[in-house]
Amino acid sequence: MSDYRTIRRTVCTTFIQAVATMLGVVVLNFFLLKLAPGDAADVLAAESGAATTETMTALRARFGLDDPLPSQLGAYLNNLVHLSLGYSPRYGMPVAELIGQRLPGTLALMLCALVIALASGSFLGSLMATFSGRLVDRVVSIATLLSYSIPGFWISLILILIFSVELGWLPSGGDHTIGAQLNGLPALLDKARHMTLPVISLALFYLAVYARLTRASMLKIKSQDFVRTARAKGLSPLRVTTRHVMRNALIPVTTIAGVHVGGMLGATVVIETVYSWPGLGRLALEALMARDFSVLLGILLVSSFLVVAANATVDLLQTRIDPRIGASR
Amino acid sequence: MNGHKLETTASRPIDFTPPSRGDAAHSSISTPWTARNGKAHVEPNAARRWMWREARHFLSNPSATFGAAVLLVIVLSALLAPILCPGDPMEMVARPFLAPGENSAHALGTDSMGRDVLAGVVHGARVSLTISFAATFIGLTAGIAIGAVAGYFGGPADAALVKLIEVVQSIPSFILLIVLVAIAEPSTTTVTVAIAIVSWPAVARLARAECRAIREMDYVLAARSLGLGHMRIIFREILPNASPPLIAMSSVMVANAVLMESALSFIGLGDPNQISWGSMIGAGRDAIRIAWTPTVFPGLAIVSTVLAVNLIGDRLDDALDPRISGERQ
Repeated sequence: MSDYRTIRRTVCTTFIQAVATMLGVVVLNFFLLKLAPGDAADVLAAESGAATTETMTALRARFGLDDPLPSQLGAYLNNLVHLSLGYSPRYGMPVAELIGQRLPGTLALMLCALVIALASGSFLGSLMATFSGRLVDRVVSIATLLSYSIPGFWISLILILIFSVELGWLPSGGDHTIGAQLNGLPALLDKARHMTLPVISLALFYLAVYARLTRASMLKIKSQDFVRTARAKGLSPLRVTTRHVMRNALIPVTTIAGVHVGGMLGATVVIETVYSWPGLGRLALEALMARDFSVLLGILLVSSFLVVAANATVDLLQTRIDPRIGASR
Repeated sequence: MNGHKLETTASRPIDFTPPSRGDAAHSSISTPWTARNGKAHVEPNAARRWMWREARHFLSNPSATFGAAVLLVIVLSALLAPILCPGDPMEMVARPFLAPGENSAHALGTDSMGRDVLAGVVHGARVSLTISFAATFIGLTAGIAIGAVAGYFGGPADAALVKLIEVVQSIPSFILLIVLVAIAEPSTTTVTVAIAIVSWPAVARLARAECRAIREMDYVLAARSLGLGHMRIIFREILPNASPPLIAMSSVMVANAVLMESALSFIGLGDPNQISWGSMIGAGRDAIRIAWTPTVFPGLAIVSTVLAVNLIGDRLDDALDPRISGERQ
């Protein structure tokens, strides 16, 4: 019973914290929007080709752009509550709808990259920790440090150069073969072929981060008493590593994985551009080139929301995985 | 793009604070700055000996020496750029797509506009390094100031600053960076300031955690009972003892800044009047099927710089961790 109450209290505090953070992001976002050159009236005037000063004033009055800042902020919040992020004249559709169209592509890319990075990163990390100080550790350490230092956009270009231009194994961009009418399994395979290179480019950096983190935390845990006990009672080394060391070592890794949602969203801007992948990141760059700030700041808001949600989820998951975290609150 | 790495460092004080500071005798051996009798006690000879020993130990590690050597070469070529490759690196000097070695005057060949690739790489080092080091300096200073105020004074100021840090860290840093630079119009100064704006929160978080832990130490209590002012306690007692993890973090920040700057100029948000590694790759990308060298060489320059900084940072991490550096003394 008390256990249930603790969980409910944790969920409540996490939720309130997340809402407060989001509110802060919204206010910051609003002021960035105000700082951005040009407002909706400018955009409309530019669309119609010409406008007199009187028309501009009338337009500003109609959209409430001449109201005092606090009431404009109120109107902005009101719009957000109704899930409206404004209208993009360039794309001719509401910003929210535009983002909704592009979000699934980016999420698919990020999810695949995260899973691959976590799986192979923790594997490489445990490999390094098990053979620490030996040749395997050295070689993998250098490899991870290298992939930690390579910019995503550059490795994308190199991968395209090798696998598309030279070898011709994988497509160099897009998310499906243009003109091919595919359904079912062939369509899925086609998608997977198009995703391979962008996912690898995105995952490489995080793979290195997780490998290094897993190695460090496994080495720390290996010297603890409960591991010695497990070894003393005759468990096989593999079992000690997987059941006792790995389980505890992965706790800090999951914390970081939540934080990485933000980093990956940023990285997709560049990687989706290189692979012309129809996602949020490429939309951000297109909006940037057109100086369409309502779209750009809408993306900023939606991606921050994803980060806040991911952090809250990780917080809750951690209290499940590790009872000590919940108890200390 | 940077959140992840900074986070790994930010989470470090948890595992590293108690053993180092709990044991006064231990820390007084490992660093000569440790306060004794309520006063910051710096023995010039001990300090010099300590630094000398650290420097020698640092160089005894082959990978750190390699990193330092690579960074030295890059810094030197940045400083000597006008002598090594005189003239404007953005000027057309030869036939386009000259292969490397084809003409001894242009060792790395030319790009699609007939610009010398070697000159671009050497001059690009200036922009990259200037922006990265300046942004790190600003971000570090602001982060330490804010973190020290929050951690030392606590109370409502702390609560407000912690929330601010959380809000800024919830926004994907690369997207925030793009928005900031787009609003302010790209130039060397705006790019530097924007990188500093997205990187201070991680420093502030670490500095706050350190200051909070050190605030409770006996020597701070002693300093307070001697009637020293807050500023003096922060600058003379707390910050010197909080510096090791912050110094280690600064190398991660430089590496991140190089990556962020190159990604920004790759997507066309760099200073348009200056050549940079990222913009060279961006220009080479369009012609990658015809000639890959104008894309590959600037990329190798980025990778070597970031790798060198990371190798040095890894070594600094070990050297400044009292648990490890204490063991060998």
